[in-house]
Amino acid sequence: MQQSAEFGELRTAHRSFAFPLTIAFIAWYLLYVLLSNYAGGFMDTKLFGNINVALVFGLAQFLTTFLIAWWYSRHAATKLDPKAEAIKSRMEGGA
Amino acid sequence: MSTLSVHPAQSVQSTVLAANEASEHRPLIISLFAVFVVATLIITVWAGRQTKSASDFYAGGRQFTGFQNGLAVSGDYMSAASFLGIAGAIALFGYDGFLYSIGFLVAWLVALLLVAEPLRNSGRYTMGDVLAYRMRQRPVRTAAGTSTIVVSIFYLLAQMAGAGVLVSLLLGITSDAGKILIVALVGVLMIVYVTIGGMKGTTWVQMVKAVLLIAGALLITFLILLKFNFNLSDLLGTAASNSGKGSAFLEPGLKYGVSSTSKLDFISLGVALVLGTAGLPHILIRFYTVPTAQVARKSVNWAIGIIGAFYLMTIVLGFGAAALLKPGEIIASNKAGNTAAPLASLEIGGGGDSAGGAILLAVISAVAFATILAVVAGLTLASSSSFAHDIYANVIRRGQATEKEEVRAARWATVAIGVVSIALGALARDLNVAGLVALAFAVAASANLPTILYSLFWKKFTTQGALWSIYGGLTSSVGLVLFSPVVSGKATSMFPDVDFAWFPLENPGLISIPLGFLLGWLGTLLSKEEPDKEKYAELEVRSLTGTGAH
Repeated sequence: MQQSAEFGELRTAHRSFAFPLTIAFIAWYLLYVLLSNYAGGFMDTKLFGNINVALVFGLAQFLTTFLIAWWYSRHAATKLDPKAEAIKSRMEGGA
Repeated sequence: MSTLSVHPAQSVQSTVLAANEASEHRPLIISLFAVFVVATLIITVWAGRQTKSASDFYAGGRQFTGFQNGLAVSGDYMSAASFLGIAGAIALFGYDGFLYSIGFLVAWLVALLLVAEPLRNSGRYTMGDVLAYRMRQRPVRTAAGTSTIVVSIFYLLAQMAGAGVLVSLLLGITSDAGKILIVALVGVLMIVYVTIGGMKGTTWVQMVKAVLLIAGALLITFLILLKFNFNLSDLLGTAASNSGKGSAFLEPGLKYGVSSTSKLDFISLGVALVLGTAGLPHILIRFYTVPTAQVARKSVNWAIGIIGAFYLMTIVLGFGAAALLKPGEIIASNKAGNTAAPLASLEIGGGGDSAGGAILLAVISAVAFATILAVVAGLTLASSSSFAHDIYANVIRRGQATEKEEVRAARWATVAIGVVSIALGALARDLNVAGLVALAFAVAASANLPTILYSLFWKKFTTQGALWSIYGGLTSSVGLVLFSPVVSGKATSMFPDVDFAWFPLENPGLISIPLGFLLGWLGTLLSKEEPDKEKYAELEVRSLTGTGAH
């Protein structure tokens, strides 16, 4: 089964989505950490009142986390679950 | 709301009174706490009656819904570190404390995208199950069991430190004997929860606690925002000026920007936080309590929502504490800032000499106690499960133990771990609780995450690779902590009077996490044995489709 084209598609559908996205959000998070460390002037810029770039950047990390979770779940429900279900029922039916 | 107006002078005075006032309201605090304890004990006994098989004890019967488990995951995750430690770190260091909230949350994406679902499909009761699937059972399970217990004990230490701190503030108990008594009480309760209730009881306790914690945080957040007319900018401005550090308080760098070493420490902490979550054993075993991988995914999504909302509130709690209290009082009460949130709730309720303040302080403290108790139970369950299932049943008894014997071993392990954590509880009082938890994250990210990812996704990974990675990550992270300023050499260290700290960073993650990954790769490359291709094929199909999952 692991060698089959059908399973290959499922694996590709998972990996080609989860791996690049993981690298992307870790890079985005590290960017935040590095900017906090080495780009004081930029992060300290006040946008309005006492709200500065650093705070907005931090809150943006919250926002992207929520969005990525939602995006992955939608991808999993539409692209992964049906394929996985089909393979599983075939294998367990055959066994 | 005129009683809420705070003048700095009055504020100093009122918090100096806090301990005395708190002890005057001791009956209230104790009765609130007693209500929680009695309620959770009833739940535990009820759950214990339904705990018959090993699957009930380890995995709560696998019948929880996504929302229930999401709540329980949040309960397990939002420890005393989140509540007391982050609020304290923000109250003392302003913006730099905020990194904890962000790292602790973003980390969930690693769990969601890469770990939760395949783990649910391929394992049974412990993290070791996944690794042992295609490796040589005994060495890999020994390694997984060891690192599970080490990570959990680091984490337990943090919770116990939090318990000691709270007690001295709330009950006015300052004698060492009194504190040890309370730590022992926490230990005994957690032994009862876990031995009787197993995973089912512990999961329900987590859910109750998560609801209480969110409700408590919401209440204080609302009151603080109300005082500042829901003007966040105003709140931040007051915090900045009141802290005596001006706008630097709202900018990165107050704690970590002082030198190039501390900047590296910031990166190290950041990396440990984001990679640690998906390697925490007590979080990983939560995914076994649901029937399928899809439900595991749902529970992570709920957890991300709940935990995210909670961490947003820590911003208000932390900066609120900084705005309402003088930094001197926070430090006077606890050097590491761990009491900032309870003190802020006392202040926002009207100060030390008001009934409102005392009631809020009592409520928040009871919530924090509940938090510690529940997390401690979750950690103990994770380590005793791993001891019984990985080490006792599969290594010592070579898979010949009956279910009954295995569960009995888990119960005895619970008692042993309870006793150990009570003994360690007294050691770490003045360390910031969030900082201690960050160390547990670093150990988890160095020893557990590399092997989990390699096992699930790398065809060529071998037993030797797994062992090098686990033991290498474990010894390097724990070893570097041992020789770091956390343990010796500074006034805030565990042993301030001696200095053997040659490693400059407080968090070892920057070195030990890449090392864990590197050793897993190198160990595999240099191993003489062929990876078991058939087993990997089986694991891959099972982890992605759930075919044959327990």
